[in-house]
Amino acid sequence: MALTKAISLFVTLAGLGCVLFCAGCGSKRDTRTEVVFWAFGQEGERVAKLMPEFERGNPGIKVRVQMIPWNAAHEKLLTAFAGQSLPDMCQLGNTWIPEFSLLGAIEDLRVWVARSTNVHGSSYFPGIWDTNMIDSMLFGVPWYVDTRVLFYRTDLFAKVGYTKPPRSWSEWFDLSAKLKRRDPENYAIFFPTNNEFAPPLILGLQMNSPLLKDHNTRSDFSGKEFVEAMRAFHDFFKNGWAPVKTTQIVNVYQSFAEGLYAMYITGPWNIGEFSRRLPDSLQDAWMTTPLPGPDSSIGVSLAGGSSLVIFKPSKHKPEVWKVIEFLSEPPQQLELYRLTGDLPARMEAWKDSSLASNKYAVPFFEQLKHVRATPKVPEWEQIAQKLREYSELIAMDRMTVTQAMAALDRDVDLILEKRRWMLSGQ
Amino acid sequence: MLSFTDFDIYSLANFANARIIWFKNYVELFQDPLFWKALKNTFYFLLVGGPLSIALSLAAALMLQSKLVRFKGLFRTAYFAPVVTTLVAVAVVWRFVYHPRYGILNYTLSLIGIGPVDWLGDPNWAMPAIILMAVWKNFGYNMIIFIAGLQNIPEELYEAASIDGARKLQPFWSITVPMLAPTTLFITIITMIGYFQLFAEPYVMTQGGPLNSTLSIVLLMYQRGFRWWNMGYSAAIAFVLFAIILVGGVAQSRTQRWVGT
Repeated sequence: MALTKAISLFVTLAGLGCVLFCAGCGSKRDTRTEVVFWAFGQEGERVAKLMPEFERGNPGIKVRVQMIPWNAAHEKLLTAFAGQSLPDMCQLGNTWIPEFSLLGAIEDLRVWVARSTNVHGSSYFPGIWDTNMIDSMLFGVPWYVDTRVLFYRTDLFAKVGYTKPPRSWSEWFDLSAKLKRRDPENYAIFFPTNNEFAPPLILGLQMNSPLLKDHNTRSDFSGKEFVEAMRAFHDFFKNGWAPVKTTQIVNVYQSFAEGLYAMYITGPWNIGEFSRRLPDSLQDAWMTTPLPGPDSSIGVSLAGGSSLVIFKPSKHKPEVWKVIEFLSEPPQQLELYRLTGDLPARMEAWKDSSLASNKYAVPFFEQLKHVRATPKVPEWEQIAQKLREYSELIAMDRMTVTQAMAALDRDVDLILEKRRWMLSGQ
Repeated sequence: MLSFTDFDIYSLANFANARIIWFKNYVELFQDPLFWKALKNTFYFLLVGGPLSIALSLAAALMLQSKLVRFKGLFRTAYFAPVVTTLVAVAVVWRFVYHPRYGILNYTLSLIGIGPVDWLGDPNWAMPAIILMAVWKNFGYNMIIFIAGLQNIPEELYEAASIDGARKLQPFWSITVPMLAPTTLFITIITMIGYFQLFAEPYVMTQGGPLNSTLSIVLLMYQRGFRWWNMGYSAAIAFVLFAIILVGGVAQSRTQRWVGT
């Protein structure tokens, strides 16, 4: 009994082993060079669709796209750097370039650009190309540009007598008051203080605050320009023009469609999202426009966007460069735009009719001529998040503007302490 | 060791950029209002969630041991099921349960006349919301341990008590509780250690907000260490947490031994 049991067990195991062995023999070996590409957010979801075309033209290269959400991207990159497991290339927000170039994680691309027939600095928006240059070295090739403009409900504006969007802050405040008076249950504008630092930052940039002073080693957030910007920001919440409880807006698009708020300062990816997610009945009722400025001209906005970078430890740099060149060609820039709504960094791509005649994209082109860069310090991301925390406190009336800016100053000065030491000692 | 340096992103670039600053990290830590807030939040979670979780698991264990209840296996599985679910999936569902307008919790409250509560958006209610979810998720684990403890109590003790004329709750206080003392001690220490390290629930549900009302010590440590790469500072937080848990655990076991004698 026991013997037959043992024999049958042995036979089963042997059979299993054979099957697995044969399965291993049968698989095809992939001899192509593999390029690992980390892409974030929306682009992470969509860029894989562009890769088959590239692989057709470059049969020896296989691109593996790994999608990572934005809120995990920063820590994943730093951990990968520390753990020496960086990918070959990634999409890097241009405000992170100072940080990663300081780490020595990314490659200086001037040599590659010089040899390229396809990629030249002159083809890009000058302000954007500049965000990739540090100490005259080039660390990334701009992939798409990003700035923030005002998305709004044209029908709700018309109901309060605004057939054209506001051009100045005073018009903006007047419009918000009128919207609130007409519909006290709803709001004029949505500022997501729980996860965006852009709105208060933009207001500060529009008031011409330098943000940091003394060669970017000290905080200037309690300087009069930024304080005035934050007072205006606080007024939106105090007057009920913006909702204080931001978590009730679980779905941004649904709330916009319901008219919970009429304005939203956001970026180009939402052109695609709004077109896809808003109901058909509302497709003619929304529009984009450049931001209103403190006086009657276009207010400045963020000079954002992402670049494509090559990581220094990569063992396949020539292949990575081919991917970068491919993604920088105008047809691919336009295809990315069609897939995600991300605006091309390459200026020629804008001549294509899909952009030139896209009424939502044209205001972005205008706004891109009025952008200001943020300080190029490695600690910028941390500072921006601290700003967001204090903007939330101000919105909820937990701190006055003066108290919050004093506390922000203290925190930012602490964050920059190492930078001060580095600049003084070296 | 790391906590005595200011290892950060500059040091990640070039090791020579790390300075030995001895106790400066600790000084900065104790002056940081965010650290005290995180500590307060963690204690809030522990002191409310801990007893709640233990009481609930004891009640569930007693119920499952009682002769009056049928389908014990089904209940046991149902109460233990939350323990084995993945936190991220559960958190997504609970985010909708807690939704101020469409969530089922506010709907149920409205049926008995209580107005809508912004569970995850109101700084006063966010931590209770996290506590509720964490207790629901973990009480099954302690329940199983209590069941094992209860099964170890000899039946003769209860029979002797009923012969001696013990009334309703006397057997519970005179027999069950003292006999469960070692199990209870074990569970409270384990729960305390676990709850001090609260991280996953706030990380997934609220990211520490709103207004840092759900920021726990470990979450703060994670943010400073892995998001901003202030490794030296983060190591100091870890060391302080270790010291707190050590003191807590020792005090706990000393107190219970003292009560037991």
